[in-house]
Amino acid sequence: MAWIFILPGLAGILVFYIIPFADVVRRSFMKAMGNGFAGLSNYRQAAGSTAFQMAAGNTARFVFTCIPLLLLLSLGIAVLLQGEGRYKHLLKSAYLVPLAIPAASVVLLWNIVFDSSGMLNGIMSFLHLKTRDWMNTGPAFGVLVFSYIWKNLGYDVVLWTAGLGGIPGSIYEAAKVDGAGAFKSFIYITIPNIRQVAVTIIILSFLNSFKVFREAYLVAGNYPQEQIYLLQHVFNNWFAELSVDKMAAGSVMLCAVLVVFVIFLQRSWET
Amino acid sequence: MGKIIKNIILTLFALLEISPLIFLLSGSFMDNQEITGYISPVFNKDGGYATWGLVPSFPTLSNMAGVLLDSPEFFQMFWNTARITGLILAGQIVSGMPAAWGLARYQFKGRKVIYMVYIVMMMMPFQVTMLSQYLVLDNLGLLDTAAAVIIPGMFSTFPVFIMYRFFCGIPESIIEAARIDGAGEIQIFARLGIPLGSSGIISALVLSFLECFSMIEQPMAFLKTKSLWPLSLFLPDINGGNAGISLCASLLALMPAIFVFLAGQDYLEQGIASAAVKE
Repeated sequence: MAWIFILPGLAGILVFYIIPFADVVRRSFMKAMGNGFAGLSNYRQAAGSTAFQMAAGNTARFVFTCIPLLLLLSLGIAVLLQGEGRYKHLLKSAYLVPLAIPAASVVLLWNIVFDSSGMLNGIMSFLHLKTRDWMNTGPAFGVLVFSYIWKNLGYDVVLWTAGLGGIPGSIYEAAKVDGAGAFKSFIYITIPNIRQVAVTIIILSFLNSFKVFREAYLVAGNYPQEQIYLLQHVFNNWFAELSVDKMAAGSVMLCAVLVVFVIFLQRSWET
Repeated sequence: MGKIIKNIILTLFALLEISPLIFLLSGSFMDNQEITGYISPVFNKDGGYATWGLVPSFPTLSNMAGVLLDSPEFFQMFWNTARITGLILAGQIVSGMPAAWGLARYQFKGRKVIYMVYIVMMMMPFQVTMLSQYLVLDNLGLLDTAAAVIIPGMFSTFPVFIMYRFFCGIPESIIEAARIDGAGEIQIFARLGIPLGSSGIISALVLSFLECFSMIEQPMAFLKTKSLWPLSLFLPDINGGNAGISLCASLLALMPAIFVFLAGQDYLEQGIASAAVKE
């Protein structure tokens, strides 16, 4: 009986995702031209290209910079929001607004803020600080981290709030009776109780980080400043040149890495 | 004292998050002279730095009229976006809602495997499936048609996951009672499942709507013909050297998403939070 419900959706997934992906796995071991078996040479070519290595490095650096920042910031805000009564709803709306703002709508603003003659440099020069060309030099990386945090802050605040809401209030009250202050309660009650949810949030934030490509692409195009040249750019450029062999190998590698993350997530949901 | 600092911090972040909206709102009602005065340093490099005013000095609807009356492309792209979003959402209801129900309410052989497949697919960024989608769309002759973006979107597994979570939360006793009263399985789904899981269904639709509305990767890869592009991809092109028009177009483009967001915020939060709480 269950199959009647599941089949239509499953059929679509098989046709549009699973079977073609199986074909991609097959192609990743084949020569691009003709039908010869290529062994791992596509993988070597894909992973060996300087563009791929640079992008993988940048992507790793991006992930390891922005996720800890986002997690701490959103946790801090979620904790501060906890006691908030009247304005909680309003504040949460404000944090979530970026989810409803298409990347294309902020491109102009980002240009006006981060251009070498932009508003940010206006503030910097007013404060007698060094002005920079934010988009076209090293700090472009910071701009991208900022974009990601701006976009995902509310999402993570909601996740943390859900996690914090799961801690029974009675524990806090008991601690208060025993004389624990807000800080001690946070260290000894909050942190141990949100470890589980933290794993989920880390993984979801990691997977959301792939969407930062939208901002990067719209602001800087196919070949941005090299510090923000991400894996997504590589895939896009391979796609544009129709390098099916490299792309197949790249997709399989990326998929394999992500499956590991998903298994961790799955475990954190089940235990 | 502590409370004041806390409120200041919370408010500052809130302002930062909504600042693009404020920027677009104020800019959309400025005249071109005022806008040029603010941002000329960026676009003409004529010295100084860009600034911005929160309130238009001489509020005008001229740029708004420029977009609404003189840019036929804007409506074309708006319609493209509406069609893509509407059809994807409809497809997700037709294929995804029953799938979520089947996975949530039945024990059968292979359930675990199928569930895992859904989760893994939900987590894959577009780049992983870009080539495989391209190959199948090419085989079916759908490349460079609206269907190339719509059909794969219909089978997105993310809404299935959210609906699944909510369907799991329906107490088994209600379902059992209906079964004892002689209700068929499809009847149970239609009469009990859908109404009781409605908040999950709406959550999934709100999240999907926001996702579809700003989609860029898929149309960029699969649509060559510009007249098929959604607004989210076309927007950066609508400036014609005129920042005022671009501001208005940006604002108009995000209005539907903001409305859906404001109307469905509670559902949106529930949908996001459903991933954080355990089954």
